[in-house]
Amino acid sequence: MDRGLTLDKHKGNTSMSDNLLQVIQDNAKTAKLPPGLSEADIKRMYEGMVMVRAYDERQKKLQRSGRIGFCVTSTGEEAVQIGTAAALEPADWIYPYYRQYGMLMYRGASLDVLANHLFGNTTDLAKGRQMPAHYTHKETNFVSFSSVIGTHLTHAVGTAMAAQYKGDDVVVATYIGDGGTSSNDFHAALTFAGVRKAPVVFFIVNNQYAISLPVEKQCAAESLHTKGAGYGIPAIRVDGNDIIAVYQAAQEAYARARRGEGPTLVELLTYRAGPHSSSDDPSRYRSQEEMDEWNAKDPLERCKRFMQQLGIWTEAYETQLWESIREKMVEFTNAAEKIDEPSWETMFDDVYAELPDALRRQRDELIATESEFPRDNEGEFPL
Amino acid sequence: MATKTLLQGINDALHTEMGRDERVLIFGEDVGLNEGVFRATTDLQKEFGEERVFSTPLTETGIVGAAIGMAVYGLKPVPEIQFSDFIYPAFDQIVSEMAKFRYRSGGEYTCPMVIRTPYGGGIRGGLYHSQSPEAYFTHTPGLKVVIPSTPGDAKGLLASAIRGEDPVIFMEPKKIYRAVKGDVPDGDYTVPIGPARVAREGTDLSIFCYGAMVPVCEMAAEKAQEKDGFNVEIIDLRTLYPIDETAILQSVRKTGRALIVYEAPKTCGYGSEIAAIIAEQAVDSLEAPIKRIGGFDIPFPYTLEKIYVPDAIRVYLGIKDVLDYA
Ligand SMILES: Cc1ncc(C[n+]2csc(CCOP(=O)(O)OP(=O)(O)O)c2C)c(N)n1
Repeated sequence: MDRGLTLDKHKGNTSMSDNLLQVIQDNAKTAKLPPGLSEADIKRMYEGMVMVRAYDERQKKLQRSGRIGFCVTSTGEEAVQIGTAAALEPADWIYPYYRQYGMLMYRGASLDVLANHLFGNTTDLAKGRQMPAHYTHKETNFVSFSSVIGTHLTHAVGTAMAAQYKGDDVVVATYIGDGGTSSNDFHAALTFAGVRKAPVVFFIVNNQYAISLPVEKQCAAESLHTKGAGYGIPAIRVDGNDIIAVYQAAQEAYARARRGEGPTLVELLTYRAGPHSSSDDPSRYRSQEEMDEWNAKDPLERCKRFMQQLGIWTEAYETQLWESIREKMVEFTNAAEKIDEPSWETMFDDVYAELPDALRRQRDELIATESEFPRDNEGEFPL
Repeated sequence: MATKTLLQGINDALHTEMGRDERVLIFGEDVGLNEGVFRATTDLQKEFGEERVFSTPLTETGIVGAAIGMAVYGLKPVPEIQFSDFIYPAFDQIVSEMAKFRYRSGGEYTCPMVIRTPYGGGIRGGLYHSQSPEAYFTHTPGLKVVIPSTPGDAKGLLASAIRGEDPVIFMEPKKIYRAVKGDVPDGDYTVPIGPARVAREGTDLSIFCYGAMVPVCEMAAEKAQEKDGFNVEIIDLRTLYPIDETAILQSVRKTGRALIVYEAPKTCGYGSEIAAIIAEQAVDSLEAPIKRIGGFDIPFPYTLEKIYVPDAIRVYLGIKDVLDYA
């Protein structure tokens, strides 16, 4: 297996038609600021990536000690999230799947939005109904999604068509894994978007695996970005661990959409450095060598190198950054853990705008037994 | 004979049937090298090779559609849908194609195949890793629907399903994949599709249930015996379609009281059909109204899963309710 070799072919230019867009030159001594980005912008993006990495560290710890039931991490995919988020405007919409929650933090959601969801407590915006990793956040136009792979892609196109119809300056960014490109809705979404010239950007997060299935067994095409051509959608392949390249590609794709030129397909080559989820054991299907090879291309390390080349990174900055962020992670998750779980009757809310009578009866019957038989222990029979 | 978990019973059936019949092929997401996310396909690729056991791209339509084509050509595909919550992308293939091939071709073409899929709550999976969609399939003429609750039945029913001539939706109660242990006969072993099983004999009330609800009902029945002296009968339906009307009617005529337990949303759930059969054919022997206990008519919640899924307390209260009826 030599996935990853493509990332070594340095192109170093920013043309949309290239086979692999890359900006960061790992071995250079110095670098110039990329057009349109300030030192502060780059630092902000780096800090965004550190937040995601630290959040994942915290999730893993909580899951391993049994304090949360399940977690999904996105280690190795921070540049994908932060690079594409940084190029968006606040009014733009996001149709994510479960590995893009870093965008939420970057777009200003408070950490307790994420932490409360991990615990499914009474202040969780999803009201404890979805398993962890299924965030929703209307304030930042981060749309709720199901676990069913691919289904959100057509929604993204529809929302883009609606914005276009209303004349709003809104672009929709949507995400799909390499596995998800095989779903029915991927086909339907590209079909619609191409024909209607919808202002939507499809990001294929090619992290090399769909659970245990390597991308070369997912699709026989040499590269997933070639899927755009069949639908008349311009496509580009980008080094997804190079945050500057990701940012630039996203920026240009969003700009095309805003100009009314229609959708773009962006394949972001990256690597799922962690397990698929806390239930997965990657040692069953991939080698340590392969993981090491990709870890050498870690997006945080590469951004750090770029900042060093720019002369805007110091050890002290790094240490202080991690310390303050780690502290925040502990603080917010500990607070979320103390908040009660949703009360029984809330289970019946939001099924409909108004509670139908038959459902009200089911609810009332259940509540009537609550005091009689408190269920404190799952599976226990406290009689 | 060996003591095995339900999951091992399933694995045993797959092993045995693959060994017996070269036409049997297994495929689905992560079932090859990774041996399935629940490990139901353990050692199968190792033993039978990638030609016969392989992981597929992420498309349920592709999995089921391709299986149909294979079955039409004479193979016996046993595809896996990783969670029954993800069967809906293949719904069209199942309902419009697999179920109707025989009928629409006047019997010229058939689809002997088995879709295995884990269903139900029990793993803290929230809305999309917990559902019980059996009623969509029992409502579709042309499909057989099977749900085992013991390791032995898991093996025997799956083997029968694979050897059969009709398409089968084989739903596996993931909550009790490892929690339930029991005797599983070695080698060639089948349990016929159709007949229900008396899981517990009793005289006062009949509970009708299947899958993961069977052990829950057994626990409640024990409590009712202990605390109230009620003698509860439990019928494990095993095959949801074709339905064993005889066993249902026999039991309810004996006890005069019926409680039906299932975890899917109550309204229009499979248990509603059982209630209707009893009402149509045995109303004269009823001493109390029929009672259904189901999931609430809401999507499956995450944090409150323990309240959503019928548990022994809810079933026990239901038993009392039906038996207290004067
Ligand atoms: C329709 C559907 N089928 C199967 C699953 C089970 N499943 C969850 S994630 C996953 C793999 C997804 O891989 P990919 O799209 O590459 O995204 P990644 O997890 O690698 O980010 C599978 C098969 C699902 N959620 N939805």
